[in-house]
Amino acid sequence: MQNPIQLIGRATLGLFSEIGRLAVFAGRVKGAALTPRWYGGEILRQMVRIGFYSLPVVGLAAVFIGAALALNIYEGGSRYGAEQFVPSIVVLGITRELGVVITGLMLAGRVSAGIAAEIGAMRVTEQIDALETLSASRYRYLYAPRFIAALITLPVLVALADIIGVMGGWLVSVYGLDFDSTVYLRNTLDFVTTNDILAGLIKAVVFGGVIAIMGCYQGDRSQAGATGVGRAATLSMVGAAVLILAFNYVMSTLFVEIGL
Amino acid sequence: MTHPLLRLEGVEKTFGRNQVLRGVDIDVARGQSLVIIGGSGSGKSVMLKTALGLMTPDKGTIFFDGDDVTQATGKAREKMRARIGMLFQSGALFDSLTVWENVAFRLINSEGMRRKDAKERAIETLKKVRLGPDVGALYPAEISGGMQKRVSLARSIISEPDLIFFDEPTTGLDPITADAINDLILEMVRGLGAAAVTITHDMASARKIADEIAMLYEGQIIWRGPAKDVYASGNEYVDQFVNGRAEGPIQPAL
Repeated sequence: MQNPIQLIGRATLGLFSEIGRLAVFAGRVKGAALTPRWYGGEILRQMVRIGFYSLPVVGLAAVFIGAALALNIYEGGSRYGAEQFVPSIVVLGITRELGVVITGLMLAGRVSAGIAAEIGAMRVTEQIDALETLSASRYRYLYAPRFIAALITLPVLVALADIIGVMGGWLVSVYGLDFDSTVYLRNTLDFVTTNDILAGLIKAVVFGGVIAIMGCYQGDRSQAGATGVGRAATLSMVGAAVLILAFNYVMSTLFVEIGL
Repeated sequence: MTHPLLRLEGVEKTFGRNQVLRGVDIDVARGQSLVIIGGSGSGKSVMLKTALGLMTPDKGTIFFDGDDVTQATGKAREKMRARIGMLFQSGALFDSLTVWENVAFRLINSEGMRRKDAKERAIETLKKVRLGPDVGALYPAEISGGMQKRVSLARSIISEPDLIFFDEPTTGLDPITADAINDLILEMVRGLGAAAVTITHDMASARKIADEIAMLYEGQIIWRGPAKDVYASGNEYVDQFVNGRAEGPIQPAL
């Protein structure tokens, strides 16, 4: 039996080697995405799959988050007579944090796990080997298009989630909390700044990269059989979700420091 | 002086504690059809993937057309693979592409051919493997296992390679379809004048398509000779294998 120090040492080495492998993989995908040749058809196909097909789930999540946020802020604010801050706090919370984080987490489940399962299945059915024998790099043909598509579509989805989330807050405030519609919207537009929106969109680009890289990485490393593919999907979803939350904190701290 | 098209010298490959290849020496000449037989777990697929550059050997050297390609990467690897076709055991057709797009994949994505021209070539090649143009528009999931093998065969020959690898081409097929695939392999290989390396444990297939047969056992080539001599090899391992006997020096993989 190993002593605890050995176990800790082994786990630490394992963690660092995993981080190293992931970093090398991410570097290769980024290299393939930044240099020709690009597969335009594949990029478009992935943009539809990652972006367009995620619209319903992102829209629904955003409207409910916005609505719940408005209710909670109203409830908390009413204790200090600060109900009038509902529009400003809703728009700030949605644009800087909740819109992008919720979209990221939803896509970690829908997209990252989907990519991992698809690539994992391709790995175990020898389709990736076939790709290589046909002189097509898997980094260029499979991974770079997904990476590029996620980088482009995530900010668009987040911008839409921001609008829908704010409208969710507006719906509850106007029809449930007796706010005046015009005043609510004017307060929202007066309070939100370009920096608030920009902060969310910058995070969206990073989260897009995380979602695509984690899906491709776990799929590429998938072990044989249904269990291996299932495990790849689970690991990609969990890994992407944890990294999104960690990067969100780091970037929020950085944005506060630089005044964004 | 002529050299073999493909030559493996002392190739070794280990996974963890399992040494799969223990110094494989083998060569294939232009136009020659070599069949490698061997039981499950004897290292046939690993040898094929190593020869293709999908795995890097731990030791040994691989020569393709006289060039050392053991550690080849990038353009050198692509140049080699452009001259090689491969039929995978599972077919390995891309699910998301139609049959004709699968067949024309190399032409469109590696050689940069226009889709319209590539489609014409794919339909012509499908005809060679007895599949009509209507099949071209279907997806792999919509056709039978035998048809998938034929599509995979069409994909492996479309760019007229110098060397074709066949990984268990008849596994999972009924005897009639398997024989039809053997006929197609012979026809395609002879028609192209290509060298062929086939790994199989189907002896009917081996006898039909091989000029020479080699047997891989515990990661080494233990016998090689003309296909007609395989039933009189004088090697007890080969005898047991080709006659399908449970008793003998080879322990069944149970």
